[in-house]
Amino acid sequence: MRLRLPSGRTLVLALPFLWLGLFFLAPFLIVAKIALSEGALGIPPYAPLLRWTDEGVLTIVLNLGNLATLVSDSFYIEAYLRSLRVAAISGVLCLLIGYPMAYAIARAPEHRRNLLLMLVVLPFWTSFLLRVMAWIGLLADNGVVNNLLLGLGLVSQPVALLYTDFALYAGIVYCYLPFMVLPLYATLSKLDPVLLEAAADLGARPWRAFLTVTLPLSLPGIIAGFMLVFIPAVGEFVIPELLGGPGAQLIGRVLWTEFFQNRDWPMASALAVVLLLLLVLPIAWFQHVQGKGAR
Amino acid sequence: MQQANIARPGSAEPWRDPEAEPYVRILNVTKRFGATVAVDDVSLDIYRGELFALLGGSGSGKTTLLRMLAGFERPDSGRILLDGQDVADVPPYERPVNMMFQSYALFPHMTVEQNIAFGLKMDGLPRAEIRDRVAAMLDLVQLKGFEKRRPHELSGGQRQRVALARSLVKQPKLLLLDEPLGALDKNLREQTQFELVSIQEKLGITFIMVTHDQEEAMTMATRLAVMNHGYLAQVGTPAEVYEYPQSRFVAEFLGTANVFEGLIRAEGPTGALIESTEFDAFFQSDTDPPKPEGARVFVAVRPEKMRIRRAEAGEMAGTNRLIGTVRDIAYYGDFFMFVVELPEGKSIRVSRPNLARLTELPITWDDRVAVEWEPFATVVLPE
Repeated sequence: MRLRLPSGRTLVLALPFLWLGLFFLAPFLIVAKIALSEGALGIPPYAPLLRWTDEGVLTIVLNLGNLATLVSDSFYIEAYLRSLRVAAISGVLCLLIGYPMAYAIARAPEHRRNLLLMLVVLPFWTSFLLRVMAWIGLLADNGVVNNLLLGLGLVSQPVALLYTDFALYAGIVYCYLPFMVLPLYATLSKLDPVLLEAAADLGARPWRAFLTVTLPLSLPGIIAGFMLVFIPAVGEFVIPELLGGPGAQLIGRVLWTEFFQNRDWPMASALAVVLLLLLVLPIAWFQHVQGKGAR
Repeated sequence: MQQANIARPGSAEPWRDPEAEPYVRILNVTKRFGATVAVDDVSLDIYRGELFALLGGSGSGKTTLLRMLAGFERPDSGRILLDGQDVADVPPYERPVNMMFQSYALFPHMTVEQNIAFGLKMDGLPRAEIRDRVAAMLDLVQLKGFEKRRPHELSGGQRQRVALARSLVKQPKLLLLDEPLGALDKNLREQTQFELVSIQEKLGITFIMVTHDQEEAMTMATRLAVMNHGYLAQVGTPAEVYEYPQSRFVAEFLGTANVFEGLIRAEGPTGALIESTEFDAFFQSDTDPPKPEGARVFVAVRPEKMRIRRAEAGEMAGTNRLIGTVRDIAYYGDFFMFVVELPEGKSIRVSRPNLARLTELPITWDDRVAVEWEPFATVVLPE
């Protein structure tokens, strides 16, 4: 029998899978395991899944109670729905702001495009946390915006901006806008301008040419950008915690509370597992659509 | 080179009729891009039903002129009249003009059917009419059965025909074609040339075509304009421009020409006698010279109008006769091209149709040969 060594290609392909297995799949299985455990007083604060009974029989105790609570307790359901809604609205807002930006960059003279793209990415050079904190300074009652409004005499009393939905959306849109602009730019810059000339030549006014040619051809970028905003925004914890009001009980905050305040690891894990499933479905759909587009 | 204009039975020649009303009038049109003048004071009349070719190298302004007809560029000065209407300020989407793009510019997210229907949909025509007209177009370009395909599922020739169908379906007053056959391989190109001409005659739509391929222009066009550096070097039927070039540029751009320099020595009712300033020989033409006696001129002689034979011992160059040595022979199958080096160092090209079926040539490398031609083949060009 000949010993078959794995080829170099297999090795190269194996590396990312090994990485994903070690740092994504294994932690996920641990979290899933905790989600199915019963809570316990102790360290760690949950009971093992496998137990020896007194008679020496190995038993598996699966606790589906946490999952049942998630789907029955309106508190959690509302937190999920609110998270999905906030993420979806943020995605749409990013799209509305990001599309014209990406379009303008893609149509800018070639020597200026790199500068504009760098400006889009520039905020990443500062810490994410710092940038969110900066919004507190902008939106607080004695912040920059309110001082400006008061100074101009437009308002007589500070307007409540911080700890509102406005601050929440401003923070999310601000932080995630580059994730929308970059994939949109990638598709829009690939779009051959001669297609728009062809549309105009065939009688399409500029707006109709946009709707019938530019928009459908940039759909992969729209979906990619939306997903890149939507997915992290669903589980976002920092922005709602720092900028959002008490009503912004998004799933990220609920998870945090369960884990650190209630020390209910199984509940927190169940929340995380369901969140992941909620996100995997749209990703799978996105992959499917991308695959179709690439064909 | 063999030049055969595709026969146009019974085609009138409206450009010879002083009463005829031009269909497209380009009047003193100039277009600049920064410091470069792309189109320089061009005036051109094109008649209904013509297949007119704008021929020129890259940067000659032919594409800019076409884009101004389509409405993608605005002339800096001058006017463009289409069927009597000034279209300078009419945006492309309102012009009764359609264009077939060089890259075809088919919409990649639409099927063949949707691509062809696009223009009709923009006009808001009823569904049934769109369906009928698209079907008729698919029939015309022989793409029945390809309705649901997307552009990337088609071959180059099929895409070209979709682009043609899409630009014809609106029955434009004027169809502009930007290098319509440029992306096709040689055999397909020849076949498509005939198809395009027969479609054009069938529909009677006026075509203006831009091409850098002189063979394409010569075989397809009713008339052609040779463009150079933004101006029109010459306008005429392919035969007129080929046989009677008015400048050295046109003589050399269209086909191959051997160009010599000389001085006009005598002129008379039988044509002109020109003395070569390059070597000891005379050129005799049967047309009147463009300049008075003593003027410097160019003389152009086409390779296929020259005869080549072995020189006799001691034979010298004379009137319409040059002596040289064969330096190169190119075998094209249908003809040979001889490169003959004259004693003064200049090389000329002489072609010879492949009439016999020989694998060995009677004239071969390093042979001393005489090259001769008739006075009608001598084209005298102003310097």
